[in-house]
Amino acid sequence: MSTTSQTSTSRESAPSLVGGIPQVIECSDYTVEVVSDSGEGAQKCGQTFAGVSAKMGNGVWTVEIIPAEIQPPARTPGGASGVRIRIGSETVTNWGDETKLVVAFNEQVLLARHRLEALADDALILIDSMWEKHEDADIRAAWAAAMEELAAKNYRFVPVPMWEQCLEVVDNPRLGRNMFVLGMLSEIFCRDLDHVRQQIAHQFRKKGDEVIQVNVQLMEMGAAWAKTNLGLEVKIASKPYAQPMIVMNGNQAAGLGAMAAGLDLCAMYPITPATSVSHYLGEVFDRVGGILHQAEDEIAAAGVATGASYAGKVAFTVSSGPGLALKTETLGLAVMTETPMIVLDVQRGGPSTGLPTKVEQSDLMAALYAQPGDAPKVVLAPATIEECFHVMITARRIAETLRCVVIVLSDANLATGVTPFPRPKLDPSWQARQPDLGPVPENLRPYDWDPKTGLSRRFIPGQPGGMHTATGLVHDEGSKVNYQPDVNERAHKMRSRKLAVLQSTLQPPPIHGGDSGDLLLVGWGSTKGAIEEAVDRARAKGLAVSSTHLTFLSPLQPGLKGIFKRFGKVMTVEINYSDDLGDPYITEENRRHSQLCILLRSHTLVNVDCWTRVPGEPLRPAAILAAAANKLATGGKA
Amino acid sequence: MSLIESACSLLEAVHEVDRRFEMEDYEGGIGRWCSGCGDYSVLTAAQRLLLSEQLPPEQVAFISGIGCSSRFPHYMGTYGFHGIHGRALPFATGVKLARPDLHVFVVMGDGDCCSIGAAHWIHALRYNTDMVALLLDNNIYGLTKKQTSPTTPQGYPSNTQPHGSFLPALNPLTVSLGVTNASFVAQTADWAPGHLYATLQAAHRHKGFAFIRILQRCPKWTGDIFEEAVRKPAKTELLVHPRGVRDEDSEKIFTTHVPHDPADIHAARELAEDPSRVLLGLFYYDPSRPVYNETRKLPAHTAEEKIEILDEEMDRYAV
Repeated sequence: MSTTSQTSTSRESAPSLVGGIPQVIECSDYTVEVVSDSGEGAQKCGQTFAGVSAKMGNGVWTVEIIPAEIQPPARTPGGASGVRIRIGSETVTNWGDETKLVVAFNEQVLLARHRLEALADDALILIDSMWEKHEDADIRAAWAAAMEELAAKNYRFVPVPMWEQCLEVVDNPRLGRNMFVLGMLSEIFCRDLDHVRQQIAHQFRKKGDEVIQVNVQLMEMGAAWAKTNLGLEVKIASKPYAQPMIVMNGNQAAGLGAMAAGLDLCAMYPITPATSVSHYLGEVFDRVGGILHQAEDEIAAAGVATGASYAGKVAFTVSSGPGLALKTETLGLAVMTETPMIVLDVQRGGPSTGLPTKVEQSDLMAALYAQPGDAPKVVLAPATIEECFHVMITARRIAETLRCVVIVLSDANLATGVTPFPRPKLDPSWQARQPDLGPVPENLRPYDWDPKTGLSRRFIPGQPGGMHTATGLVHDEGSKVNYQPDVNERAHKMRSRKLAVLQSTLQPPPIHGGDSGDLLLVGWGSTKGAIEEAVDRARAKGLAVSSTHLTFLSPLQPGLKGIFKRFGKVMTVEINYSDDLGDPYITEENRRHSQLCILLRSHTLVNVDCWTRVPGEPLRPAAILAAAANKLATGGKA
Repeated sequence: MSLIESACSLLEAVHEVDRRFEMEDYEGGIGRWCSGCGDYSVLTAAQRLLLSEQLPPEQVAFISGIGCSSRFPHYMGTYGFHGIHGRALPFATGVKLARPDLHVFVVMGDGDCCSIGAAHWIHALRYNTDMVALLLDNNIYGLTKKQTSPTTPQGYPSNTQPHGSFLPALNPLTVSLGVTNASFVAQTADWAPGHLYATLQAAHRHKGFAFIRILQRCPKWTGDIFEEAVRKPAKTELLVHPRGVRDEDSEKIFTTHVPHDPADIHAARELAEDPSRVLLGLFYYDPSRPVYNETRKLPAHTAEEKIEILDEEMDRYAV
């Protein structure tokens, strides 16, 4: 996909860089990172740059690099905070492979990225020049040691006097370098500085004109410095959008989707990386008449949502893995009482506190099976930031129609990633209807399950004639506690049947690539862009690789076995743990498979393999491609 | 809602004026508690209250947790939600936030409220959401057959602590009185039905979170704990004050009266501190406290209006 062509046609009057760095790079796809200590604003810089790029018609995908602490020690690899921005001339669906240009505020945070092998071998590194000859001998020594380690690659360094330059405008460049860097990047990538100024004015609109002015000045200074001293241009073609677009991250998209679906009560407890959904709701929700309730704990959040749904709403709660675990019992009750409810689980690395700020797709089994007893729920996984918006509308409809719990599995990659997507055309029919409080028709019971579908009509407090007690105990159609064997069997069947009814309305998942071939990759959630890019690259090499991506994890979409049979091998690609064959003690017999893999093996009886990694970062297309090639080269038929 | 439907509900509303509710309108299934269980007197008092207040049964929701007392909603003729252990208060908070028009009652046992759900109890007092919370405190886990609860008296034997409860009992009154924004804290007893009823009525009329601890005999496991107070009415002391809970009949039976102004939090805490006394009455009352569901009142928009607001909101993110 990357078609970098490097030419040396120079801009007039621009001095050339040291080290034979080309002055103009024309390409369709480029990856840049800004990395700093926490609190130095690398993310603000990167997101502003990404926003401007999106406005100019480029495809953009950003990934935030976030430490788990607010203020980890400065100048430490562990405290590296930043953002990767991949810019393309077409739509960008994932964060790509390696970074080609890095702006580093110090050498220690750069080391963190180097050690994660995030940087291309010949990456161009713009780094603050203040450290090499720093007055503190320890810092000078740390710099020298870092440079020795970094010499393992062919990085090309360009020292930039960022701090020194910023001192001309601000007393403390820790709070200003990011805007200087924004200016440099804007100049390098030929961004329209008016757009940048507008974006800065928007970002700092609450802080007043003076703040805006200082930040614009810093940005302009960075742009001027780059023009005079770098003479580097990265040209990525862009084209005007065919339709109106918006640009936001997945948590904002999910919050907006929830409101567009008419969900008007969200009960939550703060947990990374889900919390920013509530920040967004906190800004907007009360304007549309919604309540954001910050509960005393995760269990209470689920309880308040359940209570509100019982009282006529479709309420939702937002959490991440550890919170989902705490909500387990309450969700079982919601299943048992057939109270519609939505749980948005923004997954992070587990188990336990795990990787709070980093991506993993490891709550699938918990979402499906955590409850004691059989507790059928619908599980959906948005694959893109755009889908984070639309999934909430689908989830609300399903929850209400089936009187069921819907779990939406997003993840940290979607949560903080920013990309432009077509502006949704909001439709009032998406909105939940106000509960009908008219009298309940005579002889109708609160669980009058349609014997064929299991569907029944929800009674809502306030409806005359509908009085009953919803209970987590086994109950009959009248919601009367009843432990008779036939009642329990029937109630189980009815709750389960609803999923089969939903499944009967679904379509088989589309195939990316050819409809048959040697290898099918199967994914779910945020890995879609990277998997499909890997498939495209494999097919360009002549490999018969395709992929399919599952939006519905419960119930599974129809036709999977038939699709799998058309491929020589089937392998899931996921960001959760599985044993690797070839590791000590690991055999075909004792190997623990990844989560979707287990599900698909039992569902289709096909010998589905898995390739999974848990690096705490999104998968890279090149790594998926290598895994696919390796799978094709090794024996064993699916 | 179609025009015809809304016209029908209008008729319903007009019709409502003429509705007269009888005791049987508030009765649900037949109680399955042990004979002599104190839960029955709370059930009767609750049904009497709804009758005297003439609350439409469909406008009332009883929310409970798990345990003997939590079967309560099943025996009411109202809406009910029999939840999971310890979580009645969050469910009730959700109900009230979603539907401020409903009258919400919460029924918990001492395990529910003071042990597994203790965090919710503290925060419910602080939220001060408009509802009545009943702690049916029999000092023991009954349904699971006599395990020590947080309110079991020190030294009292159970199946989990057969040589007697190791620790002094948790005092639900001092805990409640210690929570910022508590607005109504009362104690009554199953053997004082008139006082129980009067307390429920005052709680129902209070706008805010009304917390009532009900001392309650479990004839099966802890019948002896309150025996002395039941046998010697003078041992049951009544807090009396013009702004407190008053019941003339009870005041004739229980002749030990303790003057106490429920506005006085310090006196309330001091009185509540002594576990050897059986004090019934309103310990603390402050109707001026902020009520959570009132602070969360929001504009009601039509679907079209909401869409319009959101569309405008999206402009912020427009490319």
